[in-house]
Amino acid sequence: MIKVEALTKSFGRQQVLRALSLEVPTGSITVIIGRSGGGKSVLLKHLIGLLYPDEGRVLVDGVEITALRGRALDDIRRRYGVVFQGGALFDSMSCHDNIAFPLREKLRLPAAEIAKRVEAALAQVGLEGMGAKFPAEISGGMRKRVAIARALVTEPEIVFFDEPTTGLDPVLVNTIHHLILDLHRRFRFTAVVVSHEIPEIFEIADTVAMLHEGRIAEVGPPAAIQASPNRVVRQFIRGEPDNSEER
Amino acid sequence: MPERPLAPTLRPFDAVGGWTIALLDSLGRFGTFFAEALAAVVTPPFKLRAFIDRIDYIGYRSLLIILLTGTFTGMVLGLQIYLTLVRFGSEAFLGPAVALSLIRELGPVLAALMVTGRAGSALTAEIGIMRITEQIDALTVMALNPMRYLVAPSILAGLVTFPLMTAIFDVVGIFGGYLVGVKLLGLSEGTYFGEMQTFVDLNDIMTGFWKSVSFGVVVTWVCTYKGFHVGHGAEGVARATTQAVVLSSVLILVADYFMGSILQ
Ligand SMILES: Nc1ncnc2c1ncn2[C@@H]1O[C@H](COP(=O)(O)OP(=O)(O)O)[C@@H](O)[C@H]1O
Ligand SMILES: [Mg+2]
Repeated sequence: MIKVEALTKSFGRQQVLRALSLEVPTGSITVIIGRSGGGKSVLLKHLIGLLYPDEGRVLVDGVEITALRGRALDDIRRRYGVVFQGGALFDSMSCHDNIAFPLREKLRLPAAEIAKRVEAALAQVGLEGMGAKFPAEISGGMRKRVAIARALVTEPEIVFFDEPTTGLDPVLVNTIHHLILDLHRRFRFTAVVVSHEIPEIFEIADTVAMLHEGRIAEVGPPAAIQASPNRVVRQFIRGEPDNSEER
Repeated sequence: MPERPLAPTLRPFDAVGGWTIALLDSLGRFGTFFAEALAAVVTPPFKLRAFIDRIDYIGYRSLLIILLTGTFTGMVLGLQIYLTLVRFGSEAFLGPAVALSLIRELGPVLAALMVTGRAGSALTAEIGIMRITEQIDALTVMALNPMRYLVAPSILAGLVTFPLMTAIFDVVGIFGGYLVGVKLLGLSEGTYFGEMQTFVDLNDIMTGFWKSVSFGVVVTWVCTYKGFHVGHGAEGVARATTQAVVLSSVLILVADYFMGSILQ
């Protein structure tokens, strides 16, 4: 279980997270929603140890990762898979090498085993035979799928997805959601998904948490969130314009 | 968090203090960065592939510009020094004069400036783009140290390629001087090369060598650092690239002076 306790983070004078608390149960899909620029990526970066909080802490299975550095932090990260907002594929490498990279460098598997696993990973995301292409040569949707394949190829226990579908067409959105759901059923990883796809994302979520003004405004199963009386949540999931605080 | 506003008379001190802290802070980060890179160089595993790739990137791809600028620098030197020496009737010393200027000063400095313009800027831009597109973060969360994969190979490659580029620059420069002095202005070939052998000794060559080694480290250090700590967006990369080239060039000339006075 990932436990976030009273996380506070500011950049200069801008306070992004204000004593945010959240629990992510093991083996389930937790979706974080909230408006753009609200600090969802910042929250995610605290969970993977790329940012450190001003106050508060993050516990992964009881280990306080916000207190860890270097080797000790890397030991936790070896259990992680991360799909970054822009994919973050290495553009100097082909798609095949991108997926092979963590196997080669992180797990040090033999070449034959790597080739086999990369082919399987590409097939899983519906990109058989595309391994030789470079990230710059494929479409945005394909890049996202390669990024998902790369994150999952090491069979991580915990996977973070930062807006895996933003900017894709509705068909691809559904394809990727089903891909996540399908892979989740197979590997049973703990998933934390940041998403704007409302209402589609409710179909794959076990828990939905709404981030608003640096805190979790509401958390619960999708049905409860959709029926929430909370004004902030209702406005957000119905996409009503917010006149009170235009940014 | 509300802060009490400063009295107007104290504001300049506040500004200077803030500026000094920022400067010391960035110097500290610059030093720490090098220490981390060094740690990645001396601890296994060594990334041979990345190292060879960086040699290609910094060295091989700078070859053409080194050949061009080296030849023309030698030709300019040949012409100018000849025109000076001929006034004293001592044009026989053209060979050693060209060779010494190149080997001790111009070779290391100009080669380093050229490689900075060609490869240093590209290095900063490449690493900067990897930073803003989260490729460096991706390495980090794979529990792989970006220092080992990106920075250490570049600095090591700088260490190796800068002396090589300098040597090539020197050789084609001496050849350029030969073209002008011997082929154009009619000095005898034996005089040009013979006097050179008499006057240039190992000490001169080692001076140039140590200079080029230090420039190699300084340039790759500055350029990788600037890429690593790039600001936001394309504009951040553009600014970092400019800063990397300017800072590298200034440091090359500063280091050249100090190395020159130490290694007489
Ligand atoms: N490294 C950083 N330095 C300064 N400000 C940052 C940094 N990262 C994020 N921010 C700011 O924090 C806020 C939240 O950003 P982010 O978490 O990316 O939002 P989103 O919810 O869309 O993912 C934004 O206003 C952004 O400008
Ligand atoms: Mg984001």
